Amino acid sequence: MRFQQIDQFAAELKADTRAAVYQSTKGTHEKRTKLLFDQFGDPNRLRQIAGEIKQHTIENLDTYLPQVEAKLKSNGVQVHWAATAESANAAVLKIMRARNATKIVKAKTMVSEEIELEHYLTKHGVETLETDLGEFIIQIDHDHPSHIVRPIIHKNRREIATSFEREGLGAYNDDPQTITRRARQFLRHKYLEADVGLTGANFVSVESGRMVLVTNEGNSRFCLAATKCHIALIGIEKLVPTDRDLALLLNLLGRSGTAQELTVYTEFIHGPKSATQPDGPEEMHVIFVDNGRTDVLASDCRDILRCIRCGACLNVCPIYRQASGHAYRSVYPGPVGAVLSPLLMGDKFPQKADLPKASTLCGACQEVCPVNIPIPDLLLRLRNKAKEENVPSPGTPPMGAWALLASQPTVWKASLFGGKVINYLPTKLLPIPALRAWEAKRALPEWRGGEFRKWLKTRGKS
Amino acid sequence: MSSSDDRESILSRVRGALAPLHERAARPDYSTEIAVMRKMLGNRDNLTVFTERIALVNGRATTDPTAVVARLRENKWLHGYCDPVLWPSLAPHFGADFKVETTFDRKRVDDYTFGITRAAGAIAETGTIILNDATTSRRLGALAPWVHIAVVERATIFSDLPEAVAGLGTDNNVIWVTGPSKTADVEGILIEGVHGPGIQIALVV
Repeated sequence: MRFQQIDQFAAELKADTRAAVYQSTKGTHEKRTKLLFDQFGDPNRLRQIAGEIKQHTIENLDTYLPQVEAKLKSNGVQVHWAATAESANAAVLKIMRARNATKIVKAKTMVSEEIELEHYLTKHGVETLETDLGEFIIQIDHDHPSHIVRPIIHKNRREIATSFEREGLGAYNDDPQTITRRARQFLRHKYLEADVGLTGANFVSVESGRMVLVTNEGNSRFCLAATKCHIALIGIEKLVPTDRDLALLLNLLGRSGTAQELTVYTEFIHGPKSATQPDGPEEMHVIFVDNGRTDVLASDCRDILRCIRCGACLNVCPIYRQASGHAYRSVYPGPVGAVLSPLLMGDKFPQKADLPKASTLCGACQEVCPVNIPIPDLLLRLRNKAKEENVPSPGTPPMGAWALLASQPTVWKASLFGGKVINYLPTKLLPIPALRAWEAKRALPEWRGGEFRKWLKTRGKS
Repeated sequence: MSSSDDRESILSRVRGALAPLHERAARPDYSTEIAVMRKMLGNRDNLTVFTERIALVNGRATTDPTAVVARLRENKWLHGYCDPVLWPSLAPHFGADFKVETTFDRKRVDDYTFGITRAAGAIAETGTIILNDATTSRRLGALAPWVHIAVVERATIFSDLPEAVAGLGTDNNVIWVTGPSKTADVEGILIEGVHGPGIQIALVV
């Protein structure tokens, strides 16, 4: 392999996908910045405090998890625990079977992507339907999301129209409004026929056991208005200490994720539906999922568990914009994914050890992060981990020769002038393979080795 | 492995992961004031701000029931659902050309072009309508029809997010609705009315 996997993928990406991803991430990022800075005196202070709240929470999960469990139970919620993906899937199926339920409607949850729930339930005879428009399109295409918030950022309307036609959702029509109306019509009857509604959660307050769910389309609300049983799959890091913290975090989440002051629906769920309310779940289950998170907590990269899954770091990242989400071969792409995905692999870390290298360490991800995660530092720690574990790094130029030159002044000086030969060498004759690969896509600036030294010597003498 | 085994294994792994930390990060001390939008709101009253802000998210607020009825008629949205508690006071504004039901039959979900329910409150700075289980007669009645009209009592409008969070109360389900249901999933183009209402109106009384 000449390149690392992520570089290879990026090099082969279709030009119109790259353009679509670039335009849309750039647009959201710019709107986000304007909203935050126009509306708050010191948005960076907000991010820092939010980061401190989340860091405090994950460093006290040993206290907070049992506390929130007790609170949820007293609110009438049944609490389950799942150490692994298999265990989480089995827990969902067990709840379904106990109710003789055969149909489930799903709102968007990244945890369900992690555990491949849809695949598991379908295999066990449960009719499983994604209801978020993007996720629904992913489902009918047997595709994977390429962005945390915008799952089909990599698809264009023509591809979607073709899929709808194939699935019998009307004759080919690539007007986004028509596509949306058709999905509306198809899905609303599916909610009403379903036995169980499944969601994730954006936050769970330890103080009240109140769980917060944010969406724009209203699909999670429909799941929770039409079905009689609610299952929430929640990563163990989703807690916040108090309700009061929610105002701060909600202000940051909408702005950071989609450049909205608030998403359209912000739901605060405090248990099964009230007795007087005719619609909604009579039974509610929370499944707390580990699936590698405790390994992350034990590592020196635990700060990544602060993440509230807004996608702002994807939108601002020059690598994500060029490579698109599938290049990361993970549920979580972009800068957050470059840290989280290799860590969630556990022993199989080497398989994703290329991801932390897919960064220029420009720092933009930390600057936009609503919980101020030091992503560049964490990337460096993971690069170091890969080095210590001797994970091969194809396409990385050997630094040994450079080290030799740089430690011997006379050789260094000679090579500065000798390097000029590069100006006359055709690409394919360049001496280092990595340099040849790099130059194949770019033009090197003219070699001007030694001129700085010359300038330094004569400086002030004339 | 059973859920209780999983519980023990997760909690012991969490304890193990945190044990080497010499010091745990402290909870920051902060005032929720910082999470209030800058003085853009000025000294105006909550209703004025709410009316302005809901328009920015493509919703509408009005104190005039006649205008709401006229808009429904104009668009031929003539068949709808209304909370039985509200209907006696609203009925005089509707003409005989309307068919309004005070029960919601989920088997005929597509029959209702509008739904009128009571809101539990609103948030001025974001243009948000607040619904809860106790006040809103039917979750589906406020969600499935193309048009949702929320009847908001003027005195229940909070000024900002921290105030609204502090006022969540004890209801099992509170939902903040900020404008019509929307998506930008297809090529980033904004489309309103995905699964929920495409038209969101607050009738302030």
